Amino acid sequence: MKIAITTSGFDMNAPVDLRFGRARDFLVVDLETGNARYLENREGVSAGQGAGIQAARLMAADGVQVVLTGHCGPNAFRALQAAGIRVYTGVTGGSVREAVEQFKAGALREATAADVQGHW
Amino acid sequence: MRIAIASGKGGTGKTIVATNLAVALAQDDHPVTFLDCDVEAPNGHIFLKPEITHCETVSVPVPEVNETLCTRCGRCGEFCQYSAVVCLGNAVLTFSDLCHGCGGCSLVCPDGAIREVPRVVGEVEWGPAGAVRFVQGRLRIGQARVPPLIRAVKTHLPQTGIAILDAPPGTSCPVVETIRDADFVLLVAEPTPFGLHDLRLAVETVRQVKIPHAVLINRANPGGRELRPYCDRVGIPILLEIPEDRRIAETYARGELAIRTVPAYAGWMRALFGRMRHEALV
Repeated sequence: MKIAITTSGFDMNAPVDLRFGRARDFLVVDLETGNARYLENREGVSAGQGAGIQAARLMAADGVQVVLTGHCGPNAFRALQAAGIRVYTGVTGGSVREAVEQFKAGALREATAADVQGHW
Repeated sequence: MRIAIASGKGGTGKTIVATNLAVALAQDDHPVTFLDCDVEAPNGHIFLKPEITHCETVSVPVPEVNETLCTRCGRCGEFCQYSAVVCLGNAVLTFSDLCHGCGGCSLVCPDGAIREVPRVVGEVEWGPAGAVRFVQGRLRIGQARVPPLIRAVKTHLPQTGIAILDAPPGTSCPVVETIRDADFVLLVAEPTPFGLHDLRLAVETVRQVKIPHAVLINRANPGGRELRPYCDRVGIPILLEIPEDRRIAETYARGELAIRTVPAYAGWMRALFGRMRHEALV
């Protein structure tokens, strides 16, 4: 399973970025192999509007199945849902590695709706 | 003559100048149309007290996808720079509040699956305010598409006579849309560090649009030295300084015109108009 974690760094020890659409970067982790790959959120960060939608497109194009982040706005949630990507909000900080461990341990809850307004 | 009243910074006195100017010139038998282009927060009506006789809704075109015809090719989403339409997996989504109404998605769709449907963004209202023709736009709550509504307000620009366009604050698209075909832009500034900072931004904007312009210093105080050195240095005339005066503030707070309570105000407005007309010609 491929999961993407929003981050402001480049590896598993980097902190989680609590935003989705305007997260600086993503780390895409293959849970089967343990491989981690850095994915730049260039269009999302620089978008005037629609950052969450752009980021969701990036996730879909990369074949990501699950997103771990702090918060997710309404447009991003709608786009991720349409792409069949599950999103787990509620990460409150810590490193990418810790977020992955929380996810594996079942400590994060799958979001059923956006938990913040747009432009949060 | 089309005069746009702009400022950069909010709260410098655009509306007090625009409304008093409109009524003072109308009292001199000029045909005056007042257009409130600050459609996100129109407040000229508070002072002009128009009788609104007409109201029209204003719409922008947004895409509607026929999911039966759509083959999920994704070209619409690749074309749209605003992510207002996006193809994800087996779904095609539209986000009409992000749409800028260009119609490109329906043009690039090879299956004829996208048509444009109207989405109401606000209203244009008009009617007489004494001798002044009054027009205003009102953006609906939750809408963000300001320029199309300002364009709709500006369809009421008169062919002849004087038009006074009360611009929104700032220097972004709504301001450019308001001032772009004006004959003259009056920049209302206040003598504070913040006022100077935003005046500079406003001057840069007006220069880009290449419209004759000048400055009015509102709430001028004898100690305030912030604006004049800047205006002198960049060669922008200061057409009028309206002094800090509690009576003007009280009148404004009551929703009344300063020309009715401060006798000198009407004369200032007449002199201002003469100077603007002169500056627009040179």
